Formats: sequence, structure tokens, C-alpha cells
Amino acid sequence: MDCEIYRFRRFFTNFRKIIKTVLKKTNMSNTYYEPSDLRKFGAITEWSEELGEKFFDYYGKVFEEGALTAREKSLIALAVSHVVKCPYCIDAYTQDGLKRGITKEEMMEAVHAGAAIESGATLVHSVQMMNKYKKLSM
Amino acid sequence: MQLKSLKKRENELANAKRQLEILSNGIFKDEELPTFRTKLAAQNQFPLRPKTLEILQINVGYMCNQVCGHCHVDAGPDRKEIMTRQTMQQCLDVIKQTGAHTLDLTGGAPEMNPDFRWFVEEATKVGIKEVIVRSNLTIITANKKYNDLPEFFKKHGVHVISSMPHWTEGKTDQQRGVGVFNASIKALKMLNAVGYGMPGSELKLDLVYNPSGAFLPGDQTALEADFKKALLSNFEIQFHNLFSITNLPISRFLDYLMASENYEDYMYNLVAAFNPAAVANVMCTNTLSVSWDGWLYDCDFNQMLELRVDSVVQHISEFNKDLLSKRTICISQHCYGCTAGAGSSCQGTVA
Repeated sequence: MDCEIYRFRRFFTNFRKIIKTVLKKTNMSNTYYEPSDLRKFGAITEWSEELGEKFFDYYGKVFEEGALTAREKSLIALAVSHVVKCPYCIDAYTQDGLKRGITKEEMMEAVHAGAAIESGATLVHSVQMMNKYKKLSM
Repeated sequence: MQLKSLKKRENELANAKRQLEILSNGIFKDEELPTFRTKLAAQNQFPLRPKTLEILQINVGYMCNQVCGHCHVDAGPDRKEIMTRQTMQQCLDVIKQTGAHTLDLTGGAPEMNPDFRWFVEEATKVGIKEVIVRSNLTIITANKKYNDLPEFFKKHGVHVISSMPHWTEGKTDQQRGVGVFNASIKALKMLNAVGYGMPGSELKLDLVYNPSGAFLPGDQTALEADFKKALLSNFEIQFHNLFSITNLPISRFLDYLMASENYEDYMYNLVAAFNPAAVANVMCTNTLSVSWDGWLYDCDFNQMLELRVDSVVQHISEFNKDLLSKRTICISQHCYGCTAGAGSSCQGTVA
């Protein structure tokens, strides 16, 4: 029995090694999210230049100083990154916050603001549940 | 935080050759990223050549009372390299003949050199316009014998440039050691008390901001405003300008980048932020760095990588302005640190 387990383990380890090598050779990732893909964000313009460039122009403009400071917008972006659960965005806006000297306490409060809206959005739907419950009940 | 230098710990990164190997291998050897030389050549900016010499930056010794996590000098209490009065005299002789207007004293903690005060006094006598001391602040409060430094600086009109990575205790101590923030605040108050950093005062007090981690500095003007607001409202402290300096991937910061597995991402960030406009004003074009033992370098970073000036003249004792002005500046991938974003130098951003 022990021998079989050993064989299975060895087979499994070899299988993983082969998969890794194939993925590396074909330049593919074995996860949906690859941290280094964030660096390639700009490459989206390659398959649709006009739309890609319009997006990045817009994106850049949004985060400039305006009625809100760039610092405030960075914190909003961090909160939204969590709400839309985008690991790339969390990576980018944690770094952006650090560059701006934003403290970890400020960052966490921003995430809570996003989380509160998100949970509020769930909870406010319970009014619908309550309405329906009441309507269907004698 | 480590309390000993890389050298004392016999860490392989205490070896300059090993650092240069790391900076040339991996992502650069595999051509995932262009070398600094390739990048400059693509912009028609290779080779880098010096302009008029304006600043003589003298490292008077690697001894320091702190062991900061990002220190490119690998300075600390266990470093014994210290400049002698004889070498200082050679520097003074050179100042007379070069016309350099600024003497920039750095270390380690430059104040720990036993001849530091003598050197400052003599430098002001030979007609140097500006003497800068890069003070870590805590040295002022570290020992009674240093408590009168603010008065000494004032007497000789020394321009004080001090390190301060953040306006909060946690982030400062994380980079520079436990207790550094409070000691720095005390020292800044002592400097303010004699007139340093006050609005309109000729006694210049500037702060240097280094990011406390594997990220690049943000906008210098915005950071300065945040620092001023926080230091004034929390501690009633004033200063003139904030210089934001990018951490270069050498020595202890390189060690940190590698141990935290941030090295490749950091290099990618530096290369992505390459700014040709910053290249035009990098500090190696108007500065010469002198080591504690009198060797000449294009900058303090090259000094730590033991990349002496590419010239027949390599020592302060044989200084020759004309020969040195014809040299080519030595570069490697660490130079990306000075050309990222708005650029970085000992005087802050350059672009």
C-alpha cells in the first residue's frame, strides 16, 4: 500500500513538472491571475488601438488633480479595487498609495468604506425580501 | 531590523563585484529588460559625459550611529572607514582650484568623523559658497558632545539636509530603527530653535524623503506639502524643501529587494519609469564623489560599487580638472534609479 502511495506521489510530482515546463514553453500561466500581467496592461491597445488609446487617455485624465485631489482619487480607486475584487487594481493602488505617503490606516478605512457600501447593497435588498414575505404571508 | 552592516555579517552583497553581477544577470542578461547602456543608446544619450563641476561630494566615513534598512553605504557603528585630516586637506586644495561652489559632506554620519568640525571651518575659509551636511538628525541627540551641532552649523552657515522617510513614527522607525523618529523630531526642534528651517531664514534646513519599501517616490511637491502640514500641526516643526530620492538597488536596499522577492518588480518599475529628460540632469554630470580614502567616483552610489572614475586620474591627490572633464561616466543598471520618473539626485528631482 505504502509503495502505491509512493508511486502515485512520484507520478503526480512528475506530472506537475511536465505541465509547468509546457506552460513555460508556451508562455502560458497556470493561474487565471498572473502578477506580471499587470505590467502588460498597456498592451491591450495592440488589438484595438483606437479604443485602447481613448481608454488610457480617459484613465489618465480621471486621476489628475481636479475638484478632488489625486490623493483622494487614489483612495477611492483602492476602495473600488476591492469592491470589484480586481487583484491587479489592488496591487496598483496599494503601490500608488505608498508612493503618495498614504498610511495603512487610511488605506484600510478606504477599503471599509467600499465594504460598507457593498454589504449595504446586499442588506438593502432584504427590504425586497421583507416585502415579498409580507405579501405572501397571511 | 539588523544591527550589523552587511560587511560585518559577511553577507555576499557586501562585495561590490557580486552586486554588479546581480545587476547585470537575470532579467538584463536574458534581455527581458534593456541594460541602462542600451536604453541610453536608444535615446542617443550614450555615453554620459560630465558638465561643469559644481559639487564636490565627500564621504568622510562609513561610520554611523544608525543601521538603516535601505542604506546604500552599508553604514553602521561597526564600519571603521574614516577620512583622515590629510585627505581632507587634499580635498580643500582641490576646492581652491576647481571653482566648485558646493561642498557636500556625507557618510555614514559625517559628524562622527573626529575632524568633521575642522573640515567645515577650513572649507568656509577657502571660499566655498555652500557647505552641505547630510545629517541623520539622531546624531545630534545621540551623545552630549553632539548636542551643540545646531549652534556649530549656524555659526558656519552650514546647509543641513536631513533624512526623514515619513511623518509617522511607524514608517520612519521601520526603515531607520526603533526610536529614530522621536530622536529626529527632537533634533528638528533643536534646529528650528536656532533658526534653521524657519520661513525666510537663511539657515537652510531641507529634508530628504526615501520610500520605506520597494516602491518609487511620488510627486515631490505633493509629498512636501503633506510633510509640512503633518510636521507643523503635530510637532510645530518647520523646514524649507523636501527632496524625494529614489532608493537605488544596491547594498542593503538590494539585499532587502532580493530577500523580499521584490527585485524583479522593482527593476521593471524603474525601467518603465525611465525618463530621458532626467538623464540630462543626473547628478553625476555636475558632481564628483570622493571616498574616505581619497578615491574619485562619478557618484556616491558608484563609490559603493567600487566603480572608480574612468580616467587616468583616480585619486584626489592627483586631481586634474581637465583630464577628469574628458572622462566617460561609469554606468550600470543601478543608474535607472536616478532616471525614473522626475529623476532623483542628492538635490531631489531633476526633471
